[in-house]
Amino acid sequence: MWEEAWRVFTLGDYNTRVVMAGTGLLGLAAGVVGVFLVLRKRALLSDAVSHATLPGVVLAFWVSIALGMTGRSLPVLLSGAAVTGLLGMGAIVALRRYSPIKDDAALAIVLSVFFGAGIALFGMVQNVEGVHAAGLTDFIYGKTASMLLSDTLAIGAVALGVCGITVALFKEFRLLCFDEAFAAVQGWPVLRLDLLLMGLIVLVTVIGLQAVGLILVVALLIIPPVTARLWTHRLGTMTMLSGLFGMLGAGTGSLVSALFERMPSGALIVLSASGFFFLSLMFGTEGGVVPRLWRRARLRRRIRRQHLLRRVWEMREQTGRRHFHARGLVERHGWLPAIAALELRAARRAGIVRRINDTEWELTPLGEREAARAVRNHRLWELYLITHADVAPSHVDSDADRIEHVLDPEMIRELEELLARERETVPPPSPHRLDAPPDGGGNGR
Amino acid sequence: MIEWSVIDTWIIVVGVLSAVGCALPGAYLLLRRQSMMGDAISHSVLPGIAGAYLIVGNREPLTLLAGAIVIGILTTVLIRLVKHGGQVEGGAAMGVVFTALFALGLVMIRRAADHVDLDPDCVLYGAIELTFLDTVPLLGMDVPRAALLTGGMLLANLVFLTLFHKELKLSSFDPGLSDALGYSSRLLHHVLMVVIAATMVASFEAVGSILVIAMLIVPPACAYLLCDRLVPMLLLSAAFAAASAVLGHLSAITVPTLFGQEDTSTAGMMALMAGVLFTAVFLGSPKAGVVARSWHRLQLGARLLSEEILGLLYRRSEAGEAAAPLMFSREEARRAGQSRLALWLARQRLRRKGFAHFTPGGMLLTERGLHEARRLVRAHRLWETWLVEEMNLRPDHVHGPARRLESITGESIEEQLARETAGRTRDPHDRTIPPSSDV
Repeated sequence: MWEEAWRVFTLGDYNTRVVMAGTGLLGLAAGVVGVFLVLRKRALLSDAVSHATLPGVVLAFWVSIALGMTGRSLPVLLSGAAVTGLLGMGAIVALRRYSPIKDDAALAIVLSVFFGAGIALFGMVQNVEGVHAAGLTDFIYGKTASMLLSDTLAIGAVALGVCGITVALFKEFRLLCFDEAFAAVQGWPVLRLDLLLMGLIVLVTVIGLQAVGLILVVALLIIPPVTARLWTHRLGTMTMLSGLFGMLGAGTGSLVSALFERMPSGALIVLSASGFFFLSLMFGTEGGVVPRLWRRARLRRRIRRQHLLRRVWEMREQTGRRHFHARGLVERHGWLPAIAALELRAARRAGIVRRINDTEWELTPLGEREAARAVRNHRLWELYLITHADVAPSHVDSDADRIEHVLDPEMIRELEELLARERETVPPPSPHRLDAPPDGGGNGR
Repeated sequence: MIEWSVIDTWIIVVGVLSAVGCALPGAYLLLRRQSMMGDAISHSVLPGIAGAYLIVGNREPLTLLAGAIVIGILTTVLIRLVKHGGQVEGGAAMGVVFTALFALGLVMIRRAADHVDLDPDCVLYGAIELTFLDTVPLLGMDVPRAALLTGGMLLANLVFLTLFHKELKLSSFDPGLSDALGYSSRLLHHVLMVVIAATMVASFEAVGSILVIAMLIVPPACAYLLCDRLVPMLLLSAAFAAASAVLGHLSAITVPTLFGQEDTSTAGMMALMAGVLFTAVFLGSPKAGVVARSWHRLQLGARLLSEEILGLLYRRSEAGEAAAPLMFSREEARRAGQSRLALWLARQRLRRKGFAHFTPGGMLLTERGLHEARRLVRAHRLWETWLVEEMNLRPDHVHGPARRLESITGESIEEQLARETAGRTRDPHDRTIPPSSDV
């Protein structure tokens, strides 16, 4: 077992090497073309098309047997698949155009009826001689082990061609995806480009049938682009990443399937591709769960820190003393004692406050500067809202609260110039009367 | 001739029960434009089944139901997560989730295949032909387990749809209002998905988890093309589902004999027959069918063309060429945007209504035709006058709109136009507006 694993993973088998190269190229092509499929919001169209290939495969087998051929010729079977795949796509377009049936239902109808027809035909050829040798079931779940060397080479060559066309027409496809109307106005052959793109999709679907199987081949077209989308916003980078993820997923999957021959290789390829997807969903820089949580936590920390500073400053303005009680934060500002303690401890570690004795604290010089800045932002914004946006003084506090944390220096300068206040380094006085107890709508926190 | 046996009867019973049971919740899926969600769940239910098997070790209905509920919720939640996290459209998110889950399910089943009797082919394509092998005694009869299972599923779906009819209807047609009234459309969506998943698990033995989607969507789509009220649509869906099940089995045992084979998969034929029924409705539906719509369009074209011809004949009689017959050629019809067929129909219409008689040299207006033509030209010129005077359009811009409006001008509109144009007798092009015919 381990020896075999070692031999497989070090690519000791010539056959494994070739199959891996073939499926890797297939994954690359699917990832690259899939980007445009996903961006054109037609991801599930390819699902319907791939299911619609089944009757074609069976019919092609039947016809080639009837013509006295072996029925095991991959090009014949795949051309049959392409014919019914295109037929299915045509049926979807016709339903969309000539009936009130919605897109999603059109896909579901074509998918299920064509697949049903395929199963029914399949049942009819069960007893035809040579049906098992032709390995028609392998087209449903995928089986890399059944790929002959010539098959693999052909698949790799087609995949390479698809990649080449996509790269050559990158600019055209980009415009098609992002602004079809503009492309049409510019006089580009939008319809022909669209047909070409769909043709490439069908081509990739068909050459993927043998390795991945018709139920799952859609995954190769969809999962890599969505994975890449989690790392970048830029189309060029996304296309390259998507091709890379497709290649890695398909390559790893076929490698593993060389080890577990009883497992359907399509499932293993899809599982390894979705493994990369899951990692990206967790850690992807654009929309990944962990970076998002991290950013949110950092923002929340910053806001809490600024609130602490402003509250300390306001307490000092009221009491006129440099020292303040942690209790004050709890009583006047309604923080939970635990949160107040936590925040104070964090602030002390950051060198913003220091402890005087058991209950009293004071701001360090660094803390003074930071607090002055926080209070200044808040009050500048309040003043702006009062003087320029005509917001009632009792309503500005919460609005200012929301924006003060995201004011950058540029904005502050503009606020200052706009308000043409005396240029002080200390914060301007609060527009609220601090000596009075806070009124209902205003400072009531 | 086919040999009928009690096995065939039971196959049809199980097929009808599961098809109807799928079609009813499927109708809501279709109306909510989430048909592909059915596809997604039909794939992702596989690991639910396999997981339930592996954990509990039997295939009792309750075990499978638990698996289905878990997977129904998991699928919808995962799809939402991928959609928002990856910022992609719903279809792509669905594609990612269901393929991954399906692959997982396949691997789980293959691993378990050694010690549990669970055949992936059976789960995917169903084994309705073998349901008769597994029976339980009921009321003195040997009833297939699958019949009880699908019957129970149909009953449960009926109860669910009856109890939540109002809520489902509301959230399917107006999710915003539904939310505002306190019926969370998202919660209902989750509930519906769980019901669909449970339905699939119950029917996978009969029709297989992939062909279930045919029964979910295709019969409701047939009904959708035929009517536009919810309850009749549900009833029609059930009827179409039952019909495709019956036709499916009949063709599964007859069609292959034509090709020298014994029989074929009933489940596949059920889906195919549903597709055949759908094609028939798509072509032949009296309201939305392709045939009806193109016939309607042709009739309309013929009417417009005959009016065009009448107007032309009238204007020639104004110019004093009434005696010369009019040849209206195919090229002229094509210029008016109509086909040869429409021209033929227009000629038939003129002849049938006695508006024109046909001489070897062309058409001539009859007395009745003159009457009709005068009415049309009067409407046309009244509209032109009105458009110039009331709408301030330029005189050279009014012919087209007036041409379109004259065809739909009845008596009361004509009277009002005459009133509003204050009895003028000349149109903006200084031609006489023919007097009203009853003067």
